[in-house]
Amino acid sequence: MKIRYYLWRLYKLFEQEILVIPGRTIGSIGIIFLLSLAFINISPYLKNLLIFCSIFAILAASWDLLFFVGQLNLGHGAFFGASAYTSAILSSKVGLPVSLTIPMGAIAGVIIGVIVAIPALRLRGPYLAIVTLAVPVILEGIVFLFPQFTGGELGLFGLTGISDSPIFLYLFCFVIMLISIAIMWKLTDTKSRILRTGIIFCAIREDEISARTTGINTVKYKILAFALSGFFAGISGGLYAHTMKVVGPTTLEFIFSIYPLIWTVFGGPGTIYGPVIGAYLLYFLSTELLVIVPEIRMALFTAIIIVMILFMPEGISRWVRDKIEIICPRCKFINVATRKTCRVCDANLHRERTKK
Amino acid sequence: MQVLIISIVLGTVYAVLALGFSLIWGAARIINLAYTSFYMLAAYFFYVFCSLIHLDIFVSAALAIVVASFIGVATYKFVLEPIRSHETVVILISIASAFFFEECILSIFGSDFRRVPPFISGYQEILGVRVLNQHFLALGVSIALILGLWLFLSRSRIGIAIRATSQDREIVNVMGINEKKVSLIAMCIGIGFVTISSIVVSPIYVVEPMMWVHPLIMVLAIVVLGGLGSLKGSFIAAYLLAFAEVAVVNWLPMGAFIKSAIALLVMVIVLSKKPEGMFGAFFEEERL
Repeated sequence: MKIRYYLWRLYKLFEQEILVIPGRTIGSIGIIFLLSLAFINISPYLKNLLIFCSIFAILAASWDLLFFVGQLNLGHGAFFGASAYTSAILSSKVGLPVSLTIPMGAIAGVIIGVIVAIPALRLRGPYLAIVTLAVPVILEGIVFLFPQFTGGELGLFGLTGISDSPIFLYLFCFVIMLISIAIMWKLTDTKSRILRTGIIFCAIREDEISARTTGINTVKYKILAFALSGFFAGISGGLYAHTMKVVGPTTLEFIFSIYPLIWTVFGGPGTIYGPVIGAYLLYFLSTELLVIVPEIRMALFTAIIIVMILFMPEGISRWVRDKIEIICPRCKFINVATRKTCRVCDANLHRERTKK
Repeated sequence: MQVLIISIVLGTVYAVLALGFSLIWGAARIINLAYTSFYMLAAYFFYVFCSLIHLDIFVSAALAIVVASFIGVATYKFVLEPIRSHETVVILISIASAFFFEECILSIFGSDFRRVPPFISGYQEILGVRVLNQHFLALGVSIALILGLWLFLSRSRIGIAIRATSQDREIVNVMGINEKKVSLIAMCIGIGFVTISSIVVSPIYVVEPMMWVHPLIMVLAIVVLGGLGSLKGSFIAAYLLAFAEVAVVNWLPMGAFIKSAIALLVMVIVLSKKPEGMFGAFFEEERL
């Protein structure tokens, strides 16, 4: 009896919180669809592609976490590459198991994040962007200086994989992605009653001096933001190292710092779920274009990005959300855009339109 | 000694590139990461006109400068200007356009290294060091450009308008200066600088699709080290970083791999001591 009651409560909760809001419905359908893909017999190529989508979604979301605090990071590849190299070295030279090397890689990401945060605390805007741009280049120099550890130009190869079963690998990456995104989403939730980080990060982004005058230790929170971003980028780097089984200097290249930026701005910056959508769509698109039109794929890809962003500079997720959802002007509840009146307070939703 | 001479030449070239970049940043307030891709484009156009169509070398140089500058200004006008208020999107779009140009070049010419003929061949010996005549030409053209820019900015009406725009956009609008037009002119000068220096320098190095990445990183480092918008700062920082780069390549083993790393390390160290760069004023929040 009691179980049925709880199930009914759960169903009601689901109906009231998710089904009435189209954005959440689409999100849950997407998650269930991607989860079910693990058990359907799709081609290994497609499965591998989706695994990398999950990994890069974490990377893009961790970039967005830093952008949420107002720190424009053009050197995100440093966190990613440092953790990929740490995982690879610990795995191949020391021989630690995968369950240890990925957390160690994440810790390396945190360390790099804190190191970057020290000069970043005093810098703002374009200065910060360019100093962070320098970090992966410096790390690449270090990689070339110690070829006996890092494998020099060729990199380290033949690393142990996470698992031999593709279903397990897919589920593992996907679930880790979901958990990381959920944590990051909660951390940047400005309406949260439990965690204050969301509202504090938002305050620092909007006006750092005002935030400091209200008694927020901005130094502490900025370092925290860099460390968190480094941590999640580190998880992504570790997963990448063990999925790709090769770590070379390419992981520190400029392109790996730019890709999170592209995915995030395409998906919708400052939302955490936007970058995930951006990473899935764009990584999929860029690899599929490689199959269809190999010669001009990057040119076509960048052209598509430029046109799309000129068309919707707020990002695709916000653009779609604005089309299908409408916020009630009186009670601030989210409604389906097709409704005439608010589902909670019955206020008229399209006031401007009715006036005309 | 060789290090000194090469770094003077390289520093002057970097100074020209950095001056163009800070001019664009000052007047148009955008970080144009596609900036050095016009360096690559100009070199390729020069290669096409000179080595494939066999035009006269000076005609092809002039044509290459004009065509590449035209593409650069058109990129600004039609792609960057509509979204100038979104700072992140500008960075993204400009880097995407840079990759777009790179891929276009890559799909047309392939990734082979190519050479373009020098304007003047031969070399001179100074204090026992062989210096190519092309190096002297690069030095001379760059110095002429810098002097010309200095005269232009300090004497002509448009030059003064550009400086005023870089100080305060709103007051400039109030004073009746067409701020959009001034930005466009500054953009023209900046892109012109990068294409001219590309034509002069490309015979010394090889022409390849990835040749825009290293100058871009160096220019960003120089501009930030000198202080954004400070022309004097960029000038001094250019020599500093060029010397660091050349010294590392010549004196350290494995130097070619870490030349950017050392230059950027210098920049990070200076900036962590002095966050506004060597000569930059700590810019206040822009008025909203």
